[in-house]
Amino acid sequence: MSDSMNALRAATDLARPSHYGELPLDDWIQAVVKDWLVPVLRPFFRMLQMPIQMLLDNLQALLLAIPFAVLLIVIVLGAWRAAGRGVAIFTLVSLLLLDWIGIWRETMITLAMILTAVVFCIIVGIPAGILAARSDRAAAVIRPILDVMQTIPSFVYLVPIVMLFGVGMVPAVIATIIFALPPLVRLTNLGIRQVQEELVEAGRAFGSTSRQILWEIQLPLALRTIMTGVNQTLMLALSMAVIGALIGAGGLGLIVNTGLGRLDVGYASVGGLGIVLMAIILDRVTQALGETGKDGKGAGG
Amino acid sequence: MHGTQPLDPSSTPQAARRIEVRGVSKAFGTRADEALELARQGVSKSEILKRTGAVLAIDDVSFSVDAGEIFVVMGLSGSGKSTLVRCLNRLHDPTVGSIEIDGEDILKASEQRLRELRLGKITMVFQHFALLPHRTVAENVEYGLKMRGMGKAERREKALKTLENVGLAGWGDRYPHNLSGGMQQRVGLARALALDPEILLMDEPFSALDPLIRRDMQGELIELQRRYRTTIIFITHDLNEALTLGDHVAVMKDGRLAQVGKPAEIVLNPADDYVSAFTRDIDRGRVLPVRTAIRRAADSAALSALIEKGAASIEGSRPLHEAFGLVSGGKPVVVMGPDGKPEGQFDATDMAAMLAGDDAGKGQPAQVRPETDQTRQGQTKQGQTSQGRS
Ligand SMILES: Nc1ncnc2c1ncn2[C@@H]1O[C@H](COP(=O)(O)OP(=O)(O)OP(=O)(O)O)[C@@H](O)[C@H]1O
Ligand SMILES: [Mg+2]
Repeated sequence: MSDSMNALRAATDLARPSHYGELPLDDWIQAVVKDWLVPVLRPFFRMLQMPIQMLLDNLQALLLAIPFAVLLIVIVLGAWRAAGRGVAIFTLVSLLLLDWIGIWRETMITLAMILTAVVFCIIVGIPAGILAARSDRAAAVIRPILDVMQTIPSFVYLVPIVMLFGVGMVPAVIATIIFALPPLVRLTNLGIRQVQEELVEAGRAFGSTSRQILWEIQLPLALRTIMTGVNQTLMLALSMAVIGALIGAGGLGLIVNTGLGRLDVGYASVGGLGIVLMAIILDRVTQALGETGKDGKGAGG
Repeated sequence: MHGTQPLDPSSTPQAARRIEVRGVSKAFGTRADEALELARQGVSKSEILKRTGAVLAIDDVSFSVDAGEIFVVMGLSGSGKSTLVRCLNRLHDPTVGSIEIDGEDILKASEQRLRELRLGKITMVFQHFALLPHRTVAENVEYGLKMRGMGKAERREKALKTLENVGLAGWGDRYPHNLSGGMQQRVGLARALALDPEILLMDEPFSALDPLIRRDMQGELIELQRRYRTTIIFITHDLNEALTLGDHVAVMKDGRLAQVGKPAEIVLNPADDYVSAFTRDIDRGRVLPVRTAIRRAADSAALSALIEKGAASIEGSRPLHEAFGLVSGGKPVVVMGPDGKPEGQFDATDMAAMLAGDDAGKGQPAQVRPETDQTRQGQTKQGQTSQGRS
């Protein structure tokens, strides 16, 4: 019985390509990326790095330079204006707690990092979404790129990013941008395409150029959906804080990673709590911004 | 802003041709040309849809509109009215055919030229209002003026004045969703009127209004058209509305024009069963002019004698229902022409026959055309003294 099984297995193994040797795909990719992509493209990527580095450094320096009390008041008032009293109180308590447990500095570093990533996501993502909305051909090119960006696990592109950019905050921000960009592009595209055809027709019938239609009609009406995209992007960026720390990002992610490395549950949890509180505040505030986008000034009337 | 009007040899001096639509068809879908080819071979619309996936929305439509008239397109839902009117300002590009506006072939116009036309000459009221929800009522009305590059203060003033004209004074700072459907439609109307257009395309502008306001707005539209000589293309699915408003009425059926004519012609000489089925429900007393009730020819001496004997008289272009009171005594009523001379007479029996649609075989309808033509000129000459359509 077991003999016949073995014979059968041996026979069917003949159908397996690996029976005749393994395809060295990993070596090929390694060769292409390491020997060609990296040396050829490194100068180009280094150039990309510059604006990110600049924004990140300035933002971080700014956040760390502002006295605690001032920054606290600014953030709480901002939350109040955008999202009302409840969120403002929650923000106040959370920020005080973050300082109390001794991770204020790390929180600001992470905040600078994700804000930088989100700013670049907006700079790239909204125009890309507009392009996709206005041309089916552009959409056909952009969509599969987004699919790839969203399905490749972030650990897979950490390696080439390190090869191209080295380790540190900037590579982590770049990995974050790649990870967090897709929903913003998709939702910008969706928001513009969802604007009623008759409103766009009205714009044309009254002599608007397509640029005027974009600014006067499509973008204002898509604003709520676009803000949802910004919110999603922000959340994804925050979720990269820990992974980013693997390639040299500091901040809360580093606390979590260090805690994990030392099997120090307390330390890791403190970092985790910081990320969660930040996520809740940023989520509430950006969602509230999106809501006002929907009703406009009409909500008051 | 006023375009030159080239002399068209086929038009009379009073009524310059404004819009000339020739053989326009529009198929929606990627295989539009194929669909038209099939249509030319006489394949039915549903068969075309099955074979090419294209919807033949309008099919070989031709008509012309004179300057300063209200041209009404009437038809059931889905008959292609909105598509047709959107071809006139090129929101849709016709698949074939030609559309001339003041002698200019707008199907050949560049995007730049089209925008000039839309900014300056031709504007539109939308069936479903198409107001911008994120803009106030006044900002909506200002939209076209803003596109023209008019300054902020100036266009606000104009917008508020136009809003007042459509009965929405004081609503300028509200948002469209604060307004009822009828009010929103009046905002749509104001948005178009603020531009003082030469040609106004109106896609079922009154369908959302309740009957009373609707009647008011119809009256105001006629006033407007008299005052500014605006050329109006008016879409409706209500034949009563079509006949009361229209100088000419086109009846659409499945993307084709079943009949184009003056209101009285449509009622008295429907081109086919489809059109006559519509005319069965109409309010003849409102639509038909008194003149159509004349049954017996009479010389003007005899008519003058009748008047001297105290017979009532009425202007020939007034709607029949206004003569109810006059015929109730059983006496004949004299019909006066636009020049103040008597044209003929009728009595209660004649009138009842006309209202009941019992006009077959009397040979009268043949006379309708020249008479109504005369009426139109009379009306426009007399201006507000003629109350023929109040
Ligand atoms: N953008 C479009 N794409 C495909 N088909 C269309 C499009 N617009 C209109 N149609 C089709 O063209 C036909 C005519 O539509 P249209 O809107 O012109 O009718 P309508 O006479 O205005 O009707 P209603 O009285 O309901 O407004 C319909 O069969 C419709 O399905
Ligand atoms: Mg329609």
